[in-house]
Amino acid sequence: MGNVSVILRKQFKDTFKNKTVLIQFILFPVMTLIMENMIKLEGMPEHFFAKLFSVMYVGMAPLTCVASIISEEKEKNTLRVLIMSNVKPSEYLLGVGSYTWLLCMIGSFVIGASAKFTGTQLMTYEFIMGVGVLISILLGAAIGMYANNQMMSTSLVMPAMMLLAFAPMLSMFNEKIGKFAQILYTEQMSRLFLAMSLSEAEAKGVVCVLVNILVFTIFFMIAFREKGLE
Amino acid sequence: MITCQAIHKTFHGTTVLENIDLHVEEGKIFGLLGPSGAGKTTLIKIITGQLPKDSGDVSILGKSVEDLTGRDRNQIGIMMDQFGIYDRFSCMDNLKIFAQIYGIPTDKVRKALIDVGLEQAIRTPAGKLSKGMRNRLSLARVFIQEPRIIFLDEPTSGLDPATSRAIHKLIMDKKREGCTIFLTTHNMDEASRLCDHVALLHEGKIVEYGVPLELSRKYDHQKKILLHLADGEDETLDYSETSAGRIRMLMENRMLETIHSSEPNLETVFLELTGKKLED
Repeated sequence: MGNVSVILRKQFKDTFKNKTVLIQFILFPVMTLIMENMIKLEGMPEHFFAKLFSVMYVGMAPLTCVASIISEEKEKNTLRVLIMSNVKPSEYLLGVGSYTWLLCMIGSFVIGASAKFTGTQLMTYEFIMGVGVLISILLGAAIGMYANNQMMSTSLVMPAMMLLAFAPMLSMFNEKIGKFAQILYTEQMSRLFLAMSLSEAEAKGVVCVLVNILVFTIFFMIAFREKGLE
Repeated sequence: MITCQAIHKTFHGTTVLENIDLHVEEGKIFGLLGPSGAGKTTLIKIITGQLPKDSGDVSILGKSVEDLTGRDRNQIGIMMDQFGIYDRFSCMDNLKIFAQIYGIPTDKVRKALIDVGLEQAIRTPAGKLSKGMRNRLSLARVFIQEPRIIFLDEPTSGLDPATSRAIHKLIMDKKREGCTIFLTTHNMDEASRLCDHVALLHEGKIVEYGVPLELSRKYDHQKKILLHLADGEDETLDYSETSAGRIRMLMENRMLETIHSSEPNLETVFLELTGKKLED
């Protein structure tokens, strides 16, 4: 665990120096804070912006951050130096993954607080966010492993990010998109946020999230076996 | 300390290393000389376990490279030509990351930076350092782990002579502390100055191996003595009794300014063996 902690500390120290990553973490929480407090329209669903931005946050921030961190380290050969210094690939990925998950959870707490979620509602919201962020981290890490540099990482992340972040929003306006989007964990998150209660969650939705976890875990493992951190 | 036997490596059907045999003794500096693309970096990567070999054996610290444990690896310091430095972090923070990994007290980090002459840049972000300073930072990163073996891939490539000399001094200091150093270079002057043994690598094969001075003597086909006289004239003599008499006479009459042998440098030896220059 020592090396995981070193990677974690390194990443926290880098947070305020790495503007690309920092913006991803704070953009949606800040936007939610502003929109939830400033825009109140008649007929607008409760916590509209918080729920909308939460899904976008899960579809964008962890994916971009993990892929960007890994690909940058590969491009600049710092990752190779870490591995040669006895940091195991699993330790490195655990460190970067934990860092991203923790920061995203802080961000999601800000979003939850902006929407004035309290008690069980807040815990439910954080649980859903926690699972969603975890799935995005698995996908982001797999992309980071496949990408040889940051440019390639951005090219690979962009379509995945657009799909995961925007499909749930577009499905509100288009039924066909909605039918397709229901296989995505971000769409299921969006539906769970409507009820904001795990006990009211549809079995189909839960199964869909579990399948997403399985699929992205397998994708992550294939990437790890095929490419590793070389 | 490091032994390679019959190392063979191909990339996509092209042979990059062929039947490489070499031995590096403990506490010595070994230089692998060759032009760009000769296979130097590939060999370092194979020896340090970063790249698999097709066939052959590599033994380091008395063990096969595949059997090295984490503790063994901590005794091996590697500085590759690609730096591997965190640009956004200061020199101090860069080294602290590795000090924490190796479990080294933080006060040693400052000392390591001072030792490599980076005391003025301790808080400077590494991205703002010159190439020479980045090389020193990479060396400091290798030195803090106090390794028994250090691999340096082109440590002075692209640096000015003064910075190169400063890095040579650091390397010699490490040798005096008992480190075994394996370095690659295409600079024959660097190899002659630093190395106890050198191997000349050309198109993936070792074409010559030995002590730099002995190699120069071995390829001294001319066997001439070069004289520079006080009146500005140059004179070339054979190895003979007559030449000895001539030199004695010139010295007695204070007419001799300098005297040289005609041994070729490593660049000339390489050129003779391969028909190519080391700098190519």
